[in-house]
Amino acid sequence: MNKLTVVVAVLAAALPLLLSAAEPVADAAAGKQVFQLRCAPCHGAGRGGDPGREMLPGTDALRIKYKGALPALLEQRSDLPEPVLRVYLRHGSWSMPAFRKTELSDVDIANIAAYLALSARSSAH
Amino acid sequence: MTILPPGVSAGQFAKALAEFTAAVGKDWVLTDDEDLQAYRDHFSMLKGQPDELVCSAAVCPADVAQVQAIVRIANRYKTPLFAISTGKNFAYGGPAPNVRGSVTVDLKRMNRVLEIDEKRHFALVEPGVSYIDFYRHIQERNLKVWVDTADVGWGGLMGNALDRGIGYTLGPYRDHFSAHCGMEVVLPDGELMRTGMGALPGSHAWQEYRHGFGPDPAGLFAQGGFGIVVKMGFRLMPQPEHWRTGLITVPKRRDFIALVDTVNYLTDLFIIGEPLYGSPLRNLRSDAEFVKAAEAFDEAAMDRIAASHNLHSWQVELQFYGSEKTTLANWEWAKELMLRNIPGAQCFEGESLPVPVTAEQIERTTRPYPAPYASQMRRNIMHGVPKLYVWWMPSRTDEFPDSWNESHLGLFSVVARSGAAVLQAQQDFDRIARELGNKPANLSAISTPVNWYQSVFLLGNGAFGSNTRNDTSPEAKIAQVKLLREVLRRNAALGYGDYRAPPVLQDAVADQYSFNNFALRRFNERLKDAIDPNGIILPGRGGVWPRALRALRGALRK
Ligand SMILES: Cc1cc2nc3c(=O)[nH]c(=O)nc-3n(C[C@H](O)[C@H](O)[C@H](O)COP(=O)(O)OP(=O)(O)OC[C@H]3O[C@@H](n4cnc5c(N)ncnc54)[C@H](O)[C@@H]3O)c2cc1C
Ligand code: HEC
Repeated sequence: MNKLTVVVAVLAAALPLLLSAAEPVADAAAGKQVFQLRCAPCHGAGRGGDPGREMLPGTDALRIKYKGALPALLEQRSDLPEPVLRVYLRHGSWSMPAFRKTELSDVDIANIAAYLALSARSSAH
Repeated sequence: MTILPPGVSAGQFAKALAEFTAAVGKDWVLTDDEDLQAYRDHFSMLKGQPDELVCSAAVCPADVAQVQAIVRIANRYKTPLFAISTGKNFAYGGPAPNVRGSVTVDLKRMNRVLEIDEKRHFALVEPGVSYIDFYRHIQERNLKVWVDTADVGWGGLMGNALDRGIGYTLGPYRDHFSAHCGMEVVLPDGELMRTGMGALPGSHAWQEYRHGFGPDPAGLFAQGGFGIVVKMGFRLMPQPEHWRTGLITVPKRRDFIALVDTVNYLTDLFIIGEPLYGSPLRNLRSDAEFVKAAEAFDEAAMDRIAASHNLHSWQVELQFYGSEKTTLANWEWAKELMLRNIPGAQCFEGESLPVPVTAEQIERTTRPYPAPYASQMRRNIMHGVPKLYVWWMPSRTDEFPDSWNESHLGLFSVVARSGAAVLQAQQDFDRIARELGNKPANLSAISTPVNWYQSVFLLGNGAFGSNTRNDTSPEAKIAQVKLLREVLRRNAALGYGDYRAPPVLQDAVADQYSFNNFALRRFNERLKDAIDPNGIILPGRGGVWPRALRALRGALRK
């Protein structure tokens, strides 16, 4: 297990607590906009575009990673509160490189987390 | 962990940081480990090693005056600077510098589209404008112009062009540096300069005549450390009314020569956009008899086996931009030329779509040609629509579910634009790979060139796969670096050089451009020393080293 995996595991364990702490300040509507511009090109539900690629690359990689144990779509994931998301985005994860503060601010990350929590809840219904 | 710029003491560096902070504000001088993670090359061959090319800090200016201030401070403290615009140069070094410990000037915050003219077809942009941002700007205003985008839409017009990146539409737009027109640069002493008509105060045509008058130094800023570019103009393609594609196949191996000649003719008359070459013989990759013939470059046997499977040897996909009628007339003419020049050629109708194409048409993952003629066409890039579809390449795939391509990098050699040159290069690259104990991952005899640059081919040294998916140990990566350097040396002995390289290979590539005892490099380094006496601006980039740091040439993992 590498360092990142450990950090993510620890954070995930603290999830319920973090969720309630992170939610009130963040702006899910703003998060949706950032998600659509900066994340959806890889993590959206659209098709892969390239010949024979049925899913976008981030969605496809997570399908292969989780084999159905977790949704391939980030917008259906309820386990990515801000602290967990921040670790993934500031360190990168597998083939996804990290994002710099100049392209994705800490506020953007909090807002995306709020949006993902919301979209996961509505997709669960 | 604190990393210092070479030759700068901790005390002096602290003072430099304090001055940077005074110039750009405390939020925009980044020194925390976590903040600096994203400035590493995610695909680095030296990841986690003591000599990994990482920066000591990132400074993120909001405007030109701040860039000038940063450059002046760096001169005072002799701190090397590296510059990134959108900072997504993955496969060619990511956002990481040539010199470990450089201070990275991250220009992403300067992200305005300053001007777009849809009648005269140009734009003027700041460094941080990504292709995706730019496309959105065009869409929101319903402008009828296209930007020729790289495959990776999160890269940007300026950064991509300054590494001589490439695209996929019509020839003049595909070569992104050549499609630039006019730039504004902060020189190594902090002074501001404009090139082309920009040097004439009050000119009305900065983005329309790039040469201005007298020598034009614009070329120094691409793959070179002579200044930090802060504005750049680009020529844009007007949106055509219609797009049409077609596929040509030719039966015999040697038909490739006439095929390339015919495509060149259409290309240089600006009749077609990027042609996509391929080989239907890919379908025989698991046929033992064919593999044996292909590995031996036995042309007669390859032709015989191809014919027995009813397969043609080569294909090219053509695309036409214009109106419905002109694209049809041009396709008819292309077919006529092909049938006239190449006995047995076949022509297949592709698509015929009004422009702008719909989102559904862009996303469609099927292609119009009958099996076994596979298509390689990504529709988005043929229409100036930036996406990130290609990110599957370094990612997990069904074939490799538990690995990613950790040291994804490109190695493309410049090859003359003729069929004969390609057939020769295939054999040369294959032989070099085998001499070095590497069995090429794919069949070299059916590898095909890319025509990204209109006037020349690039042929991937795919023999090495630039792929260490199978062994990702640090030792394997270093072995790969050394192997690639030896490949570059052997390629150059046969007249092949690369067009672009990540920092870890830049000296090895530059070493091959050695005419007349390195006259070109000596010229560049004389200029470098005169213009940048402290050697602070992107030292080492493109193999050009300032006097103060010249000992670093080739020193990385010698
Ligand atoms: C799967 C995959 C597909 C790819 N497809 C393509 C493709 O189709 N076409 C292509 O060209 N590349 C491609 N690349 C390579 C690369 O990712 C792109 O070229 C990308 O656009 C470069 O990053 P950028 O635009 O953010 O430039 P940046 O990273 O901002 O800049 C690139 C370099 O230019 C220099 N530079 C940047 N800004 C300045 C400045 N203001 N002043 C002076 N010097 C500066 C720096 O040395 C910097 O490292 C691909 C890579 C991968 C992994
Ligand atoms: C260039 C494509 C790309 C972009 C853009 C991108 N990602 Fe990713 N992302 C990936 C890929 C590929 C993976 C899967 C890595 C793997 O195989 O484990 C990934 C993984 C992740 C993970 C880890 C999930 C897990 O359970 O392992 C998170 C979280 C994530 N991305 C969030 C984001 C967010 C939020 C954004 C937008 C700010 C974003 N990504 C933008 C490609 C991308």
